Amino acid sequence: MSTKRESNFLADVDLTREKLVNRLFYGTLVVASVFGLVMLVLLIADVLWEATQALSTFDIDIGNFLTGTSSSRAEQAGFGASILASLWLMALTAVLAFFIAVGCAVYLVEYAPENRTTRLIEANLANLAGVPSIVYGLLVLALIVNDAGLGSVILAGAIALALLIVPIIIVATIESIRAVPSSVRDGSYAMGATKWQTIRRVVLPQAMPGILTGTILALARAIGETAPLIMVGTMLHATRYPSGPLSSFSAMPTQIYNWTYQADRMFNGLAALGIVVLLLFLVAMYALAGYLRNRYETDDGSISNV
Amino acid sequence: MSSNTTNERTTGESTSETEGLSDDTIIETDISVGPDSSRTTGRPNTIVSADSLDVYYGDDRALSDVTIEIPEHRVTAMIGPSGCGKSTFLRSINRMNDRIPSAHVDGALSFRGKNVYDEDVDPVALRRKIGQVFQSPNPFPKSIYDNVAYGLRVQGKADDVDLDDAVERALRGAALWDEVKDQLDESGLDLSGGQQQRLCIARAIATDPEVILMDEPTSALDPVAASKIEDLIDELVEKYTVIIVTHNMQQAARISDKTAVFLTGGELVEFDDTARIFENPDDDRVEDYITGKFG
Repeated sequence: MSTKRESNFLADVDLTREKLVNRLFYGTLVVASVFGLVMLVLLIADVLWEATQALSTFDIDIGNFLTGTSSSRAEQAGFGASILASLWLMALTAVLAFFIAVGCAVYLVEYAPENRTTRLIEANLANLAGVPSIVYGLLVLALIVNDAGLGSVILAGAIALALLIVPIIIVATIESIRAVPSSVRDGSYAMGATKWQTIRRVVLPQAMPGILTGTILALARAIGETAPLIMVGTMLHATRYPSGPLSSFSAMPTQIYNWTYQADRMFNGLAALGIVVLLLFLVAMYALAGYLRNRYETDDGSISNV
Repeated sequence: MSSNTTNERTTGESTSETEGLSDDTIIETDISVGPDSSRTTGRPNTIVSADSLDVYYGDDRALSDVTIEIPEHRVTAMIGPSGCGKSTFLRSINRMNDRIPSAHVDGALSFRGKNVYDEDVDPVALRRKIGQVFQSPNPFPKSIYDNVAYGLRVQGKADDVDLDDAVERALRGAALWDEVKDQLDESGLDLSGGQQQRLCIARAIATDPEVILMDEPTSALDPVAASKIEDLIDELVEKYTVIIVTHNMQQAARISDKTAVFLTGGELVEFDDTARIFENPDDDRVEDYITGKFG
């Protein structure tokens, strides 16, 4: 009885069209999400396919590939010198970029007066992060490589990459510092701490997981950058291990790039293998960033926005 | 205070004895007035005083012509409706209002006779004499030990004292030692809200300040935790001067010796012995506020 009355009561409500719209919209969202995932899978599958093809077609010695230096003769060419050059680049870039970026972010958040100039600087940091990377390469080529006479060395490449990622790290650091609750700062000031003590002992430690995550993600971008390094100038073949910051070099992405346009088809195979190595480095860095984020996220939510 | 101080407080809860109360003691509700008879004898020194103090946020006047003399080694409560300026007054004492760029101060606010807004007073130095406990517990995301040691470290006293000993003393002083002595290395944020607030009190007393400012320290806590804080305040006042802002009139009546009533507009309407404020205030507006007709 009662169910019948209820169905009569709802009889004039027709939801067919609304439900169709809901399902259409839901379907669009799913397709959009799956598209990105499919492209990623296709990319990885293609890279791995090319690499296995290269391994089976050419007689490539993995050990020699990972440790040897490159050569104009494809049978002897290895990737080791480029891997080492990239590690040097990462270390120098991290040191150069981290301190400049964190210093700048601390100044902007904690010290800079709240006026139009400060807001202008902050707004333009985001623009700076969007500047094409080749522009930084040109800048370093003109100022550091030529004018300062440093030459096409690892340090010059690191300066170009550092310029590229400094704005990214600054933005991440500003977010992390702003996420430290003001109640905690008040607690520190009320204990008679100076501004610097408050920043060093309370604000920076709490913001550090977010800062480190942002830095690692920025470095992950830098390790794959090719254009600025080409501008700075790299060796066609990294035939020597870099001995320090002032060695000439060819990093992983530039060596891969140089290999791809060689006439000998075996070089193309080496490039495919090199891309796998580069991707493994990226995966490792993303994993480290993810680990840092998860490890500290339970303590405070300050880095969930990075 | 006269003879109406015979009710005693046993540890834990406040009990009002019905025997031995003199006739002029009025207990209309459960409010038992006067925390401790031992504190009411003798005339204490003034430790904090304001003379025609105005505080502005931009063009808004938050405090208007406040003149007050707060006695040493007593609990002074600030009560009044929201937005009446009682928290502003508290934050003016240790110059935490300096952190708000638009705030500025006219008139004098003195600590031990020295105007804290004089040119030569460094707010950092001032805050080392005047501790503060905030409305919501705000322990640092550090270990319990490091939270308590924080003040000693930033004030450069960590090398002069036995730090372990100082931390233990502060935690005992905040009635927290027995609960946390086996977990000093764990994060202060893992404690319950009431424990966190007592940790913040331990942090404040570790550096041995002269005055402890408390801004509604129990408003974020459950009644049991709040009761522990109230008991603690009763003990703290033997060594320190406590100035407490509270929304809770029963709390002010239970724990304070002196009560200041602020009303809307940042005006200090009446300041007197707590018993007098709650039993026979001079100002009708105070009576209306106390009895709930206003605010």
